Amino acid sequence: MMPRSDSNAGDGTVGFSVLVVDDEPNIVLSLEFLMKQAGFDVRVARDGEAALAAMAERRPDVVLLDVMLPKRDGYDVCQTIRANPAWRDVRILMLTARGRDVEREKGLALGADDYITKPFSTRDVVERVRRFQTEGRH
Amino acid sequence: MLLEWTVIGVSFAYLCLLFAIAYYGDKRADQGRSLINNPYVYALSIAVYCTSWTFYGSVGRAASSGIHFLPIYLGPTLMAVVWWIVLRKMVRISKANRITSIADFISSRYGKSQLLGGLVTIIAVIGIMPYISLQLKAVSTTFTVLLSHPNLPVAGQIQSAPILTDTAFWVAVLLAAFSILFGTRHIDASEHHEGMVAAIAFESVVKLVAFVAVGLLVTFGLFGGFGDLFSRAAEDPRLLALLEVGDAGRFGDWIALTLLSMVVIVCLPRQFQVAVVENVDEAHIRKAVWMFPLYLLIINIFVLPIAFAGLIVFPEGDINPDIFVLALPMVKGYEGIALLAFIGGLSAATGMVIVETIALATMVCNDLVMPGLLRVRWLALQSRKDLTRLLLAIRRWTIVIVILLGYLYVRLIGESFALVSIGLVSFCAAAQFAPALIGGIFWRGATQKGAVAGLVVGFGVWLYTLLLPSFARSGWLPESFVTDGIFGIALLRPYELFGLGGLEPVTHSLIWSMMANLGAYVLVSLLTRQSAMERIQAALFVDVFRPSGGQGSSRFWRGTAMLAELKALLARFLGRERTERAFAQYAERRGIDLARQREADPQLVSFAENLLGGTIGAASARVMVATVSKGETIGLQEVMEILDEASQVIAYSHQLEQKSRELEAATAELREANERLKELDRMKDDFISTVTHELRTPLTSIRSFSEILHDNPGLAGGQRQEFLAIIIRESERLTRLINQVLDLAKLEAGSMSWTLERVDPAEVVREAVNATSQLFRDKRIPLEVQLDPAAPILWSDRDRLIQVIINLLSNAVKFCAADRDRVEVRLSRESAGGGVVICVKDTGPGIPFHAQPTIFEKFQQIGDMLTAKPEGTGLGLAICRSIVERLGGRIWVSSRPGSGAEFCFRLPERAPAGAKEGTR
Repeated sequence: MMPRSDSNAGDGTVGFSVLVVDDEPNIVLSLEFLMKQAGFDVRVARDGEAALAAMAERRPDVVLLDVMLPKRDGYDVCQTIRANPAWRDVRILMLTARGRDVEREKGLALGADDYITKPFSTRDVVERVRRFQTEGRH
Repeated sequence: MLLEWTVIGVSFAYLCLLFAIAYYGDKRADQGRSLINNPYVYALSIAVYCTSWTFYGSVGRAASSGIHFLPIYLGPTLMAVVWWIVLRKMVRISKANRITSIADFISSRYGKSQLLGGLVTIIAVIGIMPYISLQLKAVSTTFTVLLSHPNLPVAGQIQSAPILTDTAFWVAVLLAAFSILFGTRHIDASEHHEGMVAAIAFESVVKLVAFVAVGLLVTFGLFGGFGDLFSRAAEDPRLLALLEVGDAGRFGDWIALTLLSMVVIVCLPRQFQVAVVENVDEAHIRKAVWMFPLYLLIINIFVLPIAFAGLIVFPEGDINPDIFVLALPMVKGYEGIALLAFIGGLSAATGMVIVETIALATMVCNDLVMPGLLRVRWLALQSRKDLTRLLLAIRRWTIVIVILLGYLYVRLIGESFALVSIGLVSFCAAAQFAPALIGGIFWRGATQKGAVAGLVVGFGVWLYTLLLPSFARSGWLPESFVTDGIFGIALLRPYELFGLGGLEPVTHSLIWSMMANLGAYVLVSLLTRQSAMERIQAALFVDVFRPSGGQGSSRFWRGTAMLAELKALLARFLGRERTERAFAQYAERRGIDLARQREADPQLVSFAENLLGGTIGAASARVMVATVSKGETIGLQEVMEILDEASQVIAYSHQLEQKSRELEAATAELREANERLKELDRMKDDFISTVTHELRTPLTSIRSFSEILHDNPGLAGGQRQEFLAIIIRESERLTRLINQVLDLAKLEAGSMSWTLERVDPAEVVREAVNATSQLFRDKRIPLEVQLDPAAPILWSDRDRLIQVIINLLSNAVKFCAADRDRVEVRLSRESAGGGVVICVKDTGPGIPFHAQPTIFEKFQQIGDMLTAKPEGTGLGLAICRSIVERLGGRIWVSSRPGSGAEFCFRLPERAPAGAKEGTR
């Protein structure tokens, strides 16, 4: 257990779970590190199908979802999640290396809650997930 | 038993029906709801070609010479193929020039020559008269046959009756009445005789139905169908012979008759009348092209069966085969069918007589009588107020005279001839028009003198070799004329002129007359010059489809006339009311007010002449208009200039068309190029978007881990090292990607520098293997190298080749499973063409079929969307392909998913010089 997680544990954040979905191993590694450091419960998926399987296994609070994924892409996964009423409360943060406005619009239209362009600022990512956490509590 | 009065009653009723149809047709035309304005009526009216000669004579001819009845129908069928070219042109010319007949057509073409018009008319009257009499004879003969039932008259026993009890006479009278009523209603002969055409089309239906009815009865009622009849014929050597063409001479006859009937389908005055003058719409020709041959086919199906049946039923040969059509149903007791057959024959005969006499009457009136009368001073025709009545009277009397002449001919000469021979004699006369007629619309240089010479000579030969011998046969001339030749000169025997023997008289005459006619026509045309008028008309006829053709002859007319005089002239021939109407329409069309004008401009004069031509023929109209106009047509010199100018204008407009076509083509090319550019732009956009994505991905890892390291100075040493290693690896990946993107950009832009030198391919492969050996060791994958010592030394770029092989090797190792798969690189000499093939083969997962065609495209990494993302930029293979192709080779992949992949490339011994774009 890392020292910094103590403060969060006290807030009752234990059990706030994040699912990281990306096909770049190093990006997954960094996100996993950041989320764990922030005190969240982290799981990882490498493609669209694995992501949905992980969702079905246990519902996460937040999904960090890359767009360019093998098998089923991020948009597809996003749509599937939104189509399932049981997953209505899951917050989706989309990550993409494609910076065009269309893609941003598309992601939001398909039901993503927020959208970050790669390369991202690590603090920014953690900030946004935290915001979901506090919003969820109200 | 058919009573005389039954037959007469039915015939009379039939003729009354014809009158009714013609009356109705004319009434509808007056109301502006034309009955004949459709292609079916047009095609049926052309079937007036099938006269009683077809109806009775075909069977007669088939009974004596077998399938030799066919050429008469093959010819028109062949000709129909080119109708769209020939007939349509004649129709267009006739409409533009208000042509009234074939005589008018030929006269107008050769400078509105009165001489030619008269000549054609005389030939037509003399040549066609026997044909008309043939029809009258057919009616009276068959009438007698029908009444003599059940005792059929034996051939040669039919006696001429006194005139007043002769059926032929009364038929002639009735037909004259019909022709006058429906053929001379309008003074304008170029207008359509709609009632007449409707009646003719109806008659074509009747004769077809009647003949097919007899055919069906004979074939299926009296015999057991076609098979039965033909097998019986096959047993009888006499009948069997009818199915053969015969020796070479018979082939000559066959060809001659086919050619003959090809030309007469437009040259017979009545065919010209229905096909050209009466044509309502050029588009109808398109349908007639197949409908008319179809009609001929149907009416000929039963000819041979009826002929066979007749020969079988009357084996004695005492019944004239010409009446088999009638005799067969009669002796077997089918009186109704026999009566129907008689009506069919009657319709075939009357149709022909009606159209032919109307056509001949128009010609005689316009091209023979009118020009003559206009010359006779004491008649003072030019000063008479109203000539319309006179014109109509002339035409009506001509009809009466023509028909009565035909009747006279039948009384005097007809008895001695079979139906068929008379018909062919007429055909041969009509064929004399063909060179002047058809040559005139395609050959600009044909002159009036040429046409006259051809007609005179051809007609002369026809007279000598066909008509005079027929007189001799009838006893008007001594028999020795035929047997010994004129004055006893054997060389001049009319049936064996200049020793040309062994042919049927018609074939013989056709060969000589056509040779003489064509020869004189061409030769004299070449030797003589055209007058100004001829040149104008020739241009108008031959170039009728040219854009300027519609403008008419006003281009050549410089003369003017006093408007009042011109009007008065027209009123005399056309009537005051019609003249006023025509002038009013003209004024409206050109948007001018004639009331204010005293002088008629050249265009109006030309219009008036054209209008007048529709009534009295082009040649007479020309003469009449000249009497009131000042200033003749322009001289030859000027005509030449105008024609030159016209051809220059045409050439210029051709150039313009050409230019506009080129412009269109250029526009299309531009549009295409633009599309291509857009496509390229879109591709570039995609490329940049993809490159951006590929650049951002390693950058993301680098930034993340840098920030993590920065924010967590107290990270454990091991983890710190791990993260730093990731940063380094991703930086390398970034560098590699940037290099490859630049490489590819250079390759595609053609700005890559190439060094061509002597290259040992084995050394190149070894170099690449060394460079990648660490990769193989890391994954413990064996690499087998096979080098063919016979591989030739290449002239190529060494470094680029190494780059390609390294790319392929590292690709292979990337997809191979550690410890399990193996890779093989092979260099071999290419047997064909010289050069080498280098292959890199692995035992990895292979490439799905759908991905193989695009595997060499940029960013087409397999695994995308399907498996975990492979390492690499997705540019390696694209670079390989660019390099190999630039060095003059080709790269390809073969793979079965699940059992590995093999990438190969072939290189020529010498890279193309174009690849050498600068040296290092």
